[in-house]
Amino acid sequence: MSTYAKPLEFTPEAPKSTLRTTLSNALIITRREMRDSFRDWRIIAPIVILTFLFPFLAQFVAGRFAAFVEGYGAAVIGTRTVPFLLMIVGFFPISISLVIALETFVGEKERRSLEPLLSTPLTNTELYIGKTLAAMLPPLISSYGGMIVYLLFLVLGDLAWRPPWALVVQIMLLTTVQALVMVTGAVVVSSQTTSTRAANLLASFIIIPMTLLIQGESAIMFLAPDAESPNGIGALWAIIGGMVVVVILLLRVGNGLFNREELLGRTLDKLNIRGTFRKIWRSIRAIDDKGTPAVNLVDWYRHGVRRSLQHLGLAVPVTIAVFVAAFMGGYLVGQLPEWQLHLPQNLPLQGVAGELNIYTGFFFGTNPALAIFSQNARILLGASLLAMFTFGTAALILTPAVYVVLGYILSQVIAAGYSPAFMIPAILTHGIVEIPVIVLATAAALHLGAVITRPPSGSTVGQSWTTALGDLIKIGLGIIVPGLLVAAFIEAYITPVVLRAALGG
Amino acid sequence: MIEAHELTKFYDDFLAVESVSMHVPAGEVLALLGPNGAGKTTTVRMLTSILAPTSGWARIAGYDVVKQPALVRAHVGVLTEQHGLYERMKAVEYLDFFGEVYRLKPEIRKKRSYELMERFGLTFALGKQLGEYSKGMKQKLALVRAMLHDPPVLLLDEPTSAMDPQSAKLVRDAIVELQQDERTFLITTHNLNEAQALANRIAIIRRGRIIASGDFDELARRFVGDPRMELRVRGELNGLAKDISDMVSVEESGSNWLRYTVADPNSTNPALIQRVIGLGIEIVTLAPMTQSLEDIYLQVVKEDEAQKGDPDEHLR
Repeated sequence: MSTYAKPLEFTPEAPKSTLRTTLSNALIITRREMRDSFRDWRIIAPIVILTFLFPFLAQFVAGRFAAFVEGYGAAVIGTRTVPFLLMIVGFFPISISLVIALETFVGEKERRSLEPLLSTPLTNTELYIGKTLAAMLPPLISSYGGMIVYLLFLVLGDLAWRPPWALVVQIMLLTTVQALVMVTGAVVVSSQTTSTRAANLLASFIIIPMTLLIQGESAIMFLAPDAESPNGIGALWAIIGGMVVVVILLLRVGNGLFNREELLGRTLDKLNIRGTFRKIWRSIRAIDDKGTPAVNLVDWYRHGVRRSLQHLGLAVPVTIAVFVAAFMGGYLVGQLPEWQLHLPQNLPLQGVAGELNIYTGFFFGTNPALAIFSQNARILLGASLLAMFTFGTAALILTPAVYVVLGYILSQVIAAGYSPAFMIPAILTHGIVEIPVIVLATAAALHLGAVITRPPSGSTVGQSWTTALGDLIKIGLGIIVPGLLVAAFIEAYITPVVLRAALGG
Repeated sequence: MIEAHELTKFYDDFLAVESVSMHVPAGEVLALLGPNGAGKTTTVRMLTSILAPTSGWARIAGYDVVKQPALVRAHVGVLTEQHGLYERMKAVEYLDFFGEVYRLKPEIRKKRSYELMERFGLTFALGKQLGEYSKGMKQKLALVRAMLHDPPVLLLDEPTSAMDPQSAKLVRDAIVELQQDERTFLITTHNLNEAQALANRIAIIRRGRIIASGDFDELARRFVGDPRMELRVRGELNGLAKDISDMVSVEESGSNWLRYTVADPNSTNPALIQRVIGLGIEIVTLAPMTQSLEDIYLQVVKEDEAQKGDPDEHLR
């Protein structure tokens, strides 16, 4: 009988993708990768050393060091060195996760073993989860093992150390999120390179911030006033929270990048700066998604700028919500007794109206319109630049900060017994132009940073980022700059007049 | 079984594949020929749902490559140009891994692995680490991997390029056998003899476009003219060339031989033989002159070059 005598019967419908099947398929990859890793003595040897030998040495050093500094009456240094070394014992093994991740993703690309895998029915997410787990699990197991060995020696040894358990939990959590950050960061790097050499070079973008973070954490562990609190160190909880957000964002970026199109098509090995600028320029001139250039300024405004505004999508309502929340947050903070300014009451506002010119001159100099424009433009430019490197979050932190202050001031004015009505002409006269412009600018910056976490269907990360940057510049030139100029003129010359009239000055 | 309509792929500004259409019914082999960088690999990647086409559509085993990528990949076996094996694994583990990925039951993947390894003469190496395999063995194992889930469509990139003649024959026999079982093949190759031997249809792709397609005879007729025959007789021709000039087009002749082209050899040659015998001339041999796929390929490329100019110009 032929080996191929009977064709298989084929499933008429696509198998349903559930969380269970996704994990089950991902674990097939994880098992293979881990088996492969554990066959390489170059991975096994450091893991074994860092799990057993290094913790033993570390507890020995910790014991001797604690005894030494105690002899000089500096017992606190010893007390704080012991948990610090616990963190170091946990960190060294997870640094291997970076090596494994780079090897797992780019190594496979380089050896061309990725394409057969990409030809299987596994989904991008299954491949991504499977490989991420494979890169994380061996170093994490080694890290936890090392920390347990270290703790056992210290708890059961001569030092008879009784660790603050909240701190131990914090260190364990920090180790886990740091491993996740490194692996998810490595996936982002790996997906854009075609050689391990290039990936290793780009890995410095992960190593440098991680090194700075470890230094910061070390300083906190030594210097934090709540270093021995039974609830753990507050600043470390904040770092863990921040890192979880970074992990979520990196996971989204990684999942977006880890698709067949990106893996086989994109490379950062050679940066084509000229080509990138050409694409951005084309995107700025475009009036549609095909890149058709505008024939004149009216066409550009009517179709190009409009299309860019449509691209912002959810970023606009999200920005509005954040601005409203910022304003309300500022107002609510102002209600808290410890935050109240206790402004003087019953001041004659007519007097303030008379002094408006003095305040305007003090804050904005002789050319107030230009100064106001420049101030707003700098904030928005800074927020846009930072948004590029923070997945858009910086735009949602920097620009709404002003509205926290406004909400807070309103609460203080009301608390002091003044009518809030005078704030309406003070803000809305120019705000009617300025607020929508700032919201649009923030939304465009948010879109630019966030688009790489989920590129539109059918677009690569590079294409969607280029389009988003084109949109930002287009909206900037078409709406934001003219809008800010108009708002600055109104704020400098019309708002004071309206306000004076409202205050009866 | 493989249908593609106007498949087009841009990489940013670069047009890699332009309006490629094909229809390969079940049980047929299509050979996709073309120089390096012609768009063969991109076409195969689009047909396996690895790359999304910029425009156009394709269906594999009835499934849409854009809308049903998982089903497409479940129904296709792919042999990639680079075999990309996991060198620290043993063959048996490697096939078990891919079998699991394709959701084959443990007993089925074990059985299939063994049968296919036996088919390609590799059972002796089942327990060997893949790093120890020779180049030809690796290629055969990659082929086993592509066939493991018994797919109805196989896309094979240079299936015998690294093999010795004996192994290459094993693979060709396997393809013929699978073809009889209604499997569909798309083979990309530089080995024109192999393509000629295996393919029902041939498509020549250049600069992302299919510039010629059809079965061998159609292509031969279109690009290198009607079939050529050589007639050898005992003794002299004695004006035979003139006597048969109403039936065929005599191109050259010697003292006891002549060569002619004929539009339909099946009907013309028997009549011609009768006439020659009737003239009292004894025929020694009447044989077709070999028209190779290489002649066709070179002619197609030459004509395209003359029509479109320097290929590098297109790339710039």
